[in-house]
Amino acid sequence: MNERLPTMLMSVLAIGVALLYIPMLVMIGYSFNASPLVGIWGGFSTHWYRELVRNDQLITAAWLSLRIGFVAATAAMVLGTLAAIALVRFKKFRGRLMLTAMVNAPLVMPEIITGITQLLLLISMLHLFGWPHRGFLTIVLAHVAFCTAYVTVTVQSRLGTADRSLEEAAMDLGSGPVRAFLDTTLPIIAPALASGWLLSFTLSLDDLVISSFVSGPGASTLPMVIFSKVKLGVSPDINALATLIIATVGAGVLIAGVLMRRADQQRLRDLQLAAQ
Amino acid sequence: MGPGVLAKFQLARHRRWLIIAPPLLFLLVFFLIPFGFALTISFAQTAIRVPPYTDVFSMDAHHHLHVAAHLDNYRYLVTDKVYALSYLYSLKTAFFSTLICLLIGYPMAYGISRTSRSTQSILLLIIILPFWTSFLLRVYALEGIIRENGLLNQALLWLGLIREPLKLMHTTTAVYLGIIYSYLPFMVLPLFATLEKLDRTLLEASADLGSPPWRAFLDVTLPLSMPGVIAGSMLVFIPAIGEFVIPTLLGGADNLMIGRVLWDEFFGNRDWPVASAVAVAFLVLLVGPIAIYQHYHSKELEAHA
Repeated sequence: MNERLPTMLMSVLAIGVALLYIPMLVMIGYSFNASPLVGIWGGFSTHWYRELVRNDQLITAAWLSLRIGFVAATAAMVLGTLAAIALVRFKKFRGRLMLTAMVNAPLVMPEIITGITQLLLLISMLHLFGWPHRGFLTIVLAHVAFCTAYVTVTVQSRLGTADRSLEEAAMDLGSGPVRAFLDTTLPIIAPALASGWLLSFTLSLDDLVISSFVSGPGASTLPMVIFSKVKLGVSPDINALATLIIATVGAGVLIAGVLMRRADQQRLRDLQLAAQ
Repeated sequence: MGPGVLAKFQLARHRRWLIIAPPLLFLLVFFLIPFGFALTISFAQTAIRVPPYTDVFSMDAHHHLHVAAHLDNYRYLVTDKVYALSYLYSLKTAFFSTLICLLIGYPMAYGISRTSRSTQSILLLIIILPFWTSFLLRVYALEGIIRENGLLNQALLWLGLIREPLKLMHTTTAVYLGIIYSYLPFMVLPLFATLEKLDRTLLEASADLGSPPWRAFLDVTLPLSMPGVIAGSMLVFIPAIGEFVIPTLLGGADNLMIGRVLWDEFFGNRDWPVASAVAVAFLVLLVGPIAIYQHYHSKELEAHA
């Protein structure tokens, strides 16, 4: 085998990873900069973090985004799982093609188009029924629509590979189909539900474009506030906020990684015990 | 089959709708029907009222339905060059940034696939981690690097490679950098998934038969990794083409991508009928072909499997 090839591949890999991380590391560095000017190091300071805690606008927006993310992810997890069960388990039903299209389309739909069309619907609904007023509820509804698609795709693949014999055994032992599903298959697909929820939560928390269209006065989500601040120029407290987000996500991913590794090792041990 | 069993069977068929109906109805109302509204409003005219457009369908006192459909908006799309140009510009930008992502992402994915299992999972974690943080904040972080007094210019000045700071912010280069930086992980992951499954013995066979490594790459590795190339390219191309945040924050006034034009039409000019027409045209011209391609492509894959 050619010896130079792996060296070349590894250098591109190292450079690529460095390029992904340098901007974030620099941002973390600047969040501790005493000087508000980019490019000038004024010494170490936690000034911007104190500033951040006192910024009511950012905190209100963050709280709104977290609530929207929680409700939207939970609703999307339920609807997306139902859609996945329908598509995997029921081979023929009226509307199957439509449901397939509707859970795949959001994945290829530019956000800006989803945002505009949903706003037009909400405006027309408000005009006709006097409901819903734009704000928390309309953002949640819009987010559930695209998050459901991601949950369905995630759960679908897990459900497709799940062994049905356990469920059939439970039914042979007298369980109803719903009970059998809840007792046997649900625990198997639970990790997919969890990752679907997390993915939805992240996507909802991160969404700027769709929220900007469907939100109303007084309901500014965190990305909307960040966007308007960033558009105006440098705002060092955003560096501090970004550092907190990166630290939280990093810790979360690390913990999840360790837990998954442990679960894998446990499974391996169980298999070895079972084989003996 | 006795009548009791049949009744039970039909009951089960009805009960299925308890599972099918909620997602079907929700997506129908909040995803599909909105497109109907956009289509309808694209035939309306702007008006100074709430909502700011004329009714396409209206009922008079005698319960007769009136249809007032105007084609003006579509005529406007064809005559005003801005729209055609921004479509083409978005296509071009998305195409070249996808290509560059592929050129950087392929060796990265290939490199990861050559490491040990445990290193692989750590490297994948490192690649995916930025995705879980905020997209908007990553674009902002890039701004900190490429701005006039940013790290890149400081480093180049210090090295003596340039005499004056480069102007990168609000240029086309910045838009490309932004898209590549944001979407590179989407290219690496599917590429890795196919390269990892690659049968190494094929490469050995090719070497035994006298192929130089580059030849083996072209004959074996590249064709076998095509599914990953296509999947990764789609994941970069699709969000890049409708991108709004990156051209707005990093680009200049001439980086008119279609997402930005739509936004301005909607929030700036408040011309909702024209914005709807742009959205409908965008959907037909760009999203439609991608959806059709994916539909047939997945059928093809199923046929092979």
